[in-house]
Amino acid sequence: MTTDTPARTAAPAPAATRAPGRRGRSPHVVSALVVNLVLLLIAACFVVPLLWVVLAAFDESAGLSVALPQEISLGNFEAVLTTDTTYRPMLNGFVLCGGATLITLVAAVLAAYPLSRYQSRYKRPFMLTILFTTGLPITAIMVPVYGFFVQTDLIDTFLGTILFMATTSLPIAIWLTKNFMDAVPIELEEAAWTDGASPMQALRTVVMPLMWPGLSVVAIYTFIHLWGNFFIPFILLLSNDQLPASVSIFTFFSQYGNVVYGQLAAYSLIYSLPALLLYLVLSRRLGGAFAFGGAVKG
Amino acid sequence: MSTLAANPGGAARPRGGSAGRALVRGLPLAPSVVLLGVFLAWPVLYCVWAAFTDMALTGASGADFVGFENFRRAFTSAEFHRSVFLTVVFTVLSAIIGQNVLGMVLALLMRSGHRVVRAVVSAIVIGAWVLPEVVAGYLWSAFLGDGGSLNRALAWVGLPEQNWLYTAPILAVSIANIWRGTAFSMLVYSAALSEVPKEIEEAATVDGAGTWRRLFSVTLPMVRRSIATNLMLITLQTLSVFGLIWTMTRGGPSGQSATLPVYAYQQAFQFSDLGYGTALALVLLCIGGIFSVIYLRALRLGESIS
Repeated sequence: MTTDTPARTAAPAPAATRAPGRRGRSPHVVSALVVNLVLLLIAACFVVPLLWVVLAAFDESAGLSVALPQEISLGNFEAVLTTDTTYRPMLNGFVLCGGATLITLVAAVLAAYPLSRYQSRYKRPFMLTILFTTGLPITAIMVPVYGFFVQTDLIDTFLGTILFMATTSLPIAIWLTKNFMDAVPIELEEAAWTDGASPMQALRTVVMPLMWPGLSVVAIYTFIHLWGNFFIPFILLLSNDQLPASVSIFTFFSQYGNVVYGQLAAYSLIYSLPALLLYLVLSRRLGGAFAFGGAVKG
Repeated sequence: MSTLAANPGGAARPRGGSAGRALVRGLPLAPSVVLLGVFLAWPVLYCVWAAFTDMALTGASGADFVGFENFRRAFTSAEFHRSVFLTVVFTVLSAIIGQNVLGMVLALLMRSGHRVVRAVVSAIVIGAWVLPEVVAGYLWSAFLGDGGSLNRALAWVGLPEQNWLYTAPILAVSIANIWRGTAFSMLVYSAALSEVPKEIEEAATVDGAGTWRRLFSVTLPMVRRSIATNLMLITLQTLSVFGLIWTMTRGGPSGQSATLPVYAYQQAFQFSDLGYGTALALVLLCIGGIFSVIYLRALRLGESIS
């Protein structure tokens, strides 16, 4: 995780550069003030749409606009916390995204090892293909995938959906994992090789323990990404009792005819919670988002 | 870049001798290659084939080869022209201009922002990114729609209210996409900027370069590879946005926010015209490919991948 060390060293830097300029204080203070104000202004623009979902969730008579609840109530949460509306879709989501994340991670670590450790003339074209596939419009290929799933009876099965979800997140996972693995010095493995370890043993006992923060970043990013994915389960799963939370939120409108916005907001909050919590873990424990940015930009 | 450069191992190791050894070494790639081959490469190839047939979702009669009929139909259709136009507008507006510029501005400002301000701003911006896209769609429908917060605010200052999802649908979804995607660019640029040596920027200041001059002649050129990678990624991501638009407008009103993914979905799944739908999907893939080639060429990104 070489990438997050600059973050920490960079943190005190503005103070350090400010110090010598003390004498010419006022322009510096003014520009710092402007910077902070602009930042807060942008943040305010970002936060306004969010306000609605938080306030409406606690307001049983919520409409579409931001308004302070007349009385704060948990009625919306009580209404949506049922097996059909919340628990089963959430569980389905965990099984789908958890399974897919696991497969992605195993495949990505295995693939990253030769890509990071050996030279080959096929490597560069392969990595370029991976980079392009990273942004392959999944919507574009859903039609043939749907046809393929119908023909192979994979349609409306967890297994098929998990495999496909894992595949769609594989390119970015390989890309990130390879970049994290490149940062692990090869000398340590050479020592293991001298001791007679095979490359796969070296990968398991030497490389992986050293890059677990990076692997956690990849795992959490993959999970969050899949958790929010709506299109894949929307197309590949048909039975109502198999749908994950990302799709069942969408049936909110048709199911109840008249939309109860407070309940929709409450459900949105519950559904977003796992992603938000995982992100918190990422940023608290792993210097995560920053490490993520560092690994992408390669 | 440094992570790539910091890989002396690859160069230090002797090149694989026999073909057999190369095969053994490449073996761990197998699971990924199989998954990517079966679930990504095959559907893409299938797309290419199906686009030249009259395959239908319901028809059990199979598909007949119709040559370029689907493409002829697409290129002579006003709906298709509008859809391509909307896709390009959506991508340029929300990714290349919105997310990219705003992400860079945030990353630059964050460098000299106060610690607490930095923490608050990144929490909010990243929060918008972490939220599932359907939730983001609902938030923005609620914000922009009839009786939504924006209209209340406009009414309050005496401006006319309107349902923005109907009067300016493509603008509405673009803004929502900027809101949702800016964090990605911000993270990539923050990481890139942190590796620009302070001394170089300071040297430029000593040489008399103003803030803007320093930014455009020193700082930005030093992170140009990150800019290229990021532009490519966000362009491709934005081209394929579906959930956000579907949640907010379902492509409407009367197709005025139906970008290619939405239009292809409607044709293939709602009108059961798989052949035409895949032809549209193929056009989308080509547009993504064109954008990628432009970025790779323009900044010779390809050379930097070891």
